[in-house]
Amino acid sequence: MNSIIKIEDLHFSYDSDGGKEVHDEVLKGIDLTIEEGEFVAVLGHNGSGKSTLAKHLNAILLPTKGKVTVDGIDTADEGRLFDLRRRAGMVFQNPDNQIVSSIVEEDVAFALENLGVPYEEMRRRVDEALRSVNMYEYRLHSPAQLSGGQKQRVAIAGIIAMQPKCIILDEPTAMLDPSGRKEVMATVKRMNREQGITVVLITHYMDEAAQSGRVVVIDKGRLIMDGKPEKVFAQVDRMKEIGLDVPQVTELAWELNKAGYDISPEIITEDQCVDALLRLIG
Amino acid sequence: MLRDITIGQYFPGNSLIHRLDPRFKIVITVLYIIMLFAGGTYTGLAIGAAYALIAIALSKIKPKMFVKSIKPIMPFLLITALINLLLVSSGEILWQWKFLKITDAGINISVFMIIRIVLLIAGTSLLTYTTSPITLTDAIERLLSPLKKLKFPVHELAMMMSIALRFIPTLIEETDKIMSAQKARGAEIDTGSFITRARNLVSILVPLFISSFRRADELATAMECRCYNGGAGRTRLRQLKSAPRDYAALFVTAAFLAGVIIIGRIWS
Repeated sequence: MNSIIKIEDLHFSYDSDGGKEVHDEVLKGIDLTIEEGEFVAVLGHNGSGKSTLAKHLNAILLPTKGKVTVDGIDTADEGRLFDLRRRAGMVFQNPDNQIVSSIVEEDVAFALENLGVPYEEMRRRVDEALRSVNMYEYRLHSPAQLSGGQKQRVAIAGIIAMQPKCIILDEPTAMLDPSGRKEVMATVKRMNREQGITVVLITHYMDEAAQSGRVVVIDKGRLIMDGKPEKVFAQVDRMKEIGLDVPQVTELAWELNKAGYDISPEIITEDQCVDALLRLIG
Repeated sequence: MLRDITIGQYFPGNSLIHRLDPRFKIVITVLYIIMLFAGGTYTGLAIGAAYALIAIALSKIKPKMFVKSIKPIMPFLLITALINLLLVSSGEILWQWKFLKITDAGINISVFMIIRIVLLIAGTSLLTYTTSPITLTDAIERLLSPLKKLKFPVHELAMMMSIALRFIPTLIEETDKIMSAQKARGAEIDTGSFITRARNLVSILVPLFISSFRRADELATAMECRCYNGGAGRTRLRQLKSAPRDYAALFVTAAFLAGVIIIGRIWS
């Protein structure tokens, strides 16, 4: 496998002109390598620096110190900015504030229009992208007629149309209702599985992180945990220490384990939990 | 209820007028306006009226809608008519009181003006009734694109216009929310004296402005993330293709205009 994102000793602070405000550093030396096709969830509570980290992946922010490379492109290389942004698309939290056009299909085409893609190819890629997020039948609607989850799927289609290698989603479900969250998560997972697009999902929902292939925990600007979701969540003590929850099933298994029962806390889904409990009883 | 507000009032449809290329529709509308002002006679105006009626019939939009489009300009219409009626001093005096007098020429000009303005509004309404605002913006951008050579920011203006159109429903929804929130805190928006209500309006406008700026900032970042770099080298998903019917419509309009001009010449 090839690594698509390489972050080396990333430091970042806002208003770093004077270089005096070292104590205001938001990111304090992050090293992270993400392989092509991975589905990585970045967890952390408010102010942990996880969104700041996401913004470095497509050069919205540039490192104060250190280096970020995406698909071989240094994010600090201004000459290749659009090249970089085409490869690493970004979906934001508020669906309303990232939809540009008043017609769904035209919004999906926005990036392609900017890149000067010829009409026939644009038409094909827009239709494909809309189908892949199951929004094709809404292509002529106005975004105002759509639900939050649908709008967010349109925003994702707008990124997919660029045919990126990697998609960064910055808390894409934070403003959605539960059914909207499900729609978006299903879309993201399908994209990762079927199209092999690398996904970096910034979130503070544990159940969403549990659906990923790898969880990275950020706290106070430092990367403190990195591993399979089972392994990360099983460290319930440590997660609670930094103010994060774990999925309910993990906590249940962990409590049982602590009470002396023979059950592994490396459980993140309800099915796993049911199986383990049955084994325990039977 | 606030959500129902639309700007430009577009009635979707599939009539001949709806299907015309928006660029041609704009040019045709301009020709129509010239038609109304080129003919200084009732005959010229009658030709213009005939033209407008045919177009309205073809659009299959209820005539009621055109009557509605006149309503908001009624006060303006009446004032114009009154001024003409009372202040035109040429012609035979029919009635007089101090400096105010009504002459036959005054009546003539007033009636003429009213007909002309009504035709103007009804005819131009047809453009916005049959063309969606976003298509209209697009057509304007393309019609004005020669001005780019003069460094006139055609693309930027069109982009601003289309973003404004995009955000109208969003901001209306937001206004609704802020209004409810402020009412819940006891702000009087629907009741109280005019002054109180005006003052309370500030409590809606300030949060609305702040949130609009925040939205604009986020939208700008999102646009940059999708490689937006101004108008240079952009291609478009929406293709405007002119068909024979567009040229036919343009030809018919030009013929009407020529007719009005020729008849006007002969009369004088």
